[in-house]
Amino acid sequence: MTTLAEAPPKSTLSPSASNGDTQLLEVSMGPQHPSTHGVFRMDVSLDGETVVKLKPIFGYLHRNHEKIAENETYLGSMPYTDRLDYFCSITNNWAYALSVETLAGIVVPERAEYLRVITAELTRLQNHTCLAGFLMQDMGASGTPLMYAFREREKILDLFESLTGARMMCNYMRFGGCRVDLPAGWLEQAKTVVAAFPKFLDEFEALLNGNEILMARTQGVGVLSKELAINAGVTGPMLRASGVNYDLRKVDKYGIYDRFQFRIPLGDHGDVYDRYMIRVLEMRESVKILEQAMRDLPEGLIQDPKTKVRNFKPKPGEAYGRIESPKGELGFYLVSDGTPRPYRFRVRPPSLINLTILEDMCLGRNVADVVIILGSVDIVMGEVDR
Amino acid sequence: MLGVGILKGLTETARNFVGSYFRKDRLTTIQFPEERAPRIEASRNFPFLVYDGPDAMAGLRCVSCFICEKECPPKCIIIDKSTDKKPDATGKLQFYPAEFKIDVSVCMSCQICVEVCPFDAIKMDTDFELSTQNRFDDLLWPKLRLAKSNEYYHEIHPTEAAAVDADLAAARAKAAPKPAAPVAPVAAAAAPEKGTTA
Ligand code: SF4
Ligand code: SF4
Repeated sequence: MTTLAEAPPKSTLSPSASNGDTQLLEVSMGPQHPSTHGVFRMDVSLDGETVVKLKPIFGYLHRNHEKIAENETYLGSMPYTDRLDYFCSITNNWAYALSVETLAGIVVPERAEYLRVITAELTRLQNHTCLAGFLMQDMGASGTPLMYAFREREKILDLFESLTGARMMCNYMRFGGCRVDLPAGWLEQAKTVVAAFPKFLDEFEALLNGNEILMARTQGVGVLSKELAINAGVTGPMLRASGVNYDLRKVDKYGIYDRFQFRIPLGDHGDVYDRYMIRVLEMRESVKILEQAMRDLPEGLIQDPKTKVRNFKPKPGEAYGRIESPKGELGFYLVSDGTPRPYRFRVRPPSLINLTILEDMCLGRNVADVVIILGSVDIVMGEVDR
Repeated sequence: MLGVGILKGLTETARNFVGSYFRKDRLTTIQFPEERAPRIEASRNFPFLVYDGPDAMAGLRCVSCFICEKECPPKCIIIDKSTDKKPDATGKLQFYPAEFKIDVSVCMSCQICVEVCPFDAIKMDTDFELSTQNRFDDLLWPKLRLAKSNEYYHEIHPTEAAAVDADLAAARAKAAPKPAAPVAPVAAAAAPEKGTTA
């Protein structure tokens, strides 16, 4: 394989002047491509089937979220955060609420903390099932695993709808708590769903884990080394699949995560298979957290009564709140100048930062591998482009 | 042995296929529109304006205080305040919206207008079959289309509506006895003012 020059010399571009081997083919995958999970484009330079260069191009879904938020009240940005990672609106709400609470020094009541943990872990369950389903879809397992995953996700979305009113755009958290309390019978329904979940995971694993095609396609593919993962600022399941023990639920212990017994699964190889398995194992841990949280859920207030809904003006200052969203470290950086609108509003999106090392994972693989490597990163374009 | 994993997986698929004939939790598809999923009480779609009594335009609870217009994040509510006052459903003189429009092509169903309205005048609807061929007039809903009766509100959100009615009744009971009390003139003057600024 010849090495790649930034701009290939003119002579190699005309077929007659080259020997055929040195010609690179530039393929533009996306922005409308079913494997790119939204409007994402990759400029791939191919030498035959082999990827020699890959340039990720974002921005097709840019909607000015951060600038709009600077002209919006603090509460007014809450529904917009739903639209970042639209699979996990509740964890987005939580990260934003957490940074405003840090900024304004608001204390969250006990019951609200538990509700946050319960809804956030349910979000993690449905995000990871979907990811596993989509990854199989990218690999060519059309339909079956994805539909099984969606069947389970639907049960969780029904729970979200009966609690928050919407399946995906939940807009559930408020500064100092949550918007509504559990309706009658919700907890019982949630307990049934969570109790049935490990059985679904068993089935899902029986369906896929020993599958020879899956192993051949994923093991050793898209390896991300520990060092590169740390240097690139990769977080979340991607980082842990490379064997780095870093989970904000353990590191920061935000909310009340120090009260629950759960473990952090770690991978050895950092390949696509590990990234898939980490998600499956994390779902089992989430089920454990959910069981404990639903058992211990106390009675009481769900929102700090002193926090104003309208005319909410935190004192001047800055704050950074971060949580372990299903995709990695999701943070909001806010600067307040004492007016009802934030002076600066910045999102640290895990999907975008996890995507920056895409080229390093894809070099030397073929096009079909690029698709599953991208699938294993777990991106949502709403969050990448904001 | 090569292929064992695939066979195991296929057993799982077969189990789901056969199971779908016998077990409800394996066959989750609902044949819309012949069949419909049970309605979830808390679900929300677009806002509507609640009115009391028989006449929709006379009974609107909205007093055009502009709070929702100001707080709506994408600014999709457009209100024209009336210049005169009109008796509302309880007989009290109030301003009313001469026009109240919601641009539903912009509205993102966030429910913030409902949260901030101090008069329980705007609530979330659950109707989702709203497709239209006219992208201008049919997506800018005037108050005539937004007005829905309190009975309708009770029908779609029974628990929430009952709580709102109880709250309103309590507030009215607190405001009402005062004019009848011995110190009538002072209290009567104070009561309506309290009602409008609350
Ligand atoms: S906040 Fe309520 S009363 Fe005020 S204008 Fe809006 S709907 Fe009308
Ligand atoms: S639901 Fe949200 S976007 Fe729609 S009118 Fe109300 S505040 Fe505005």
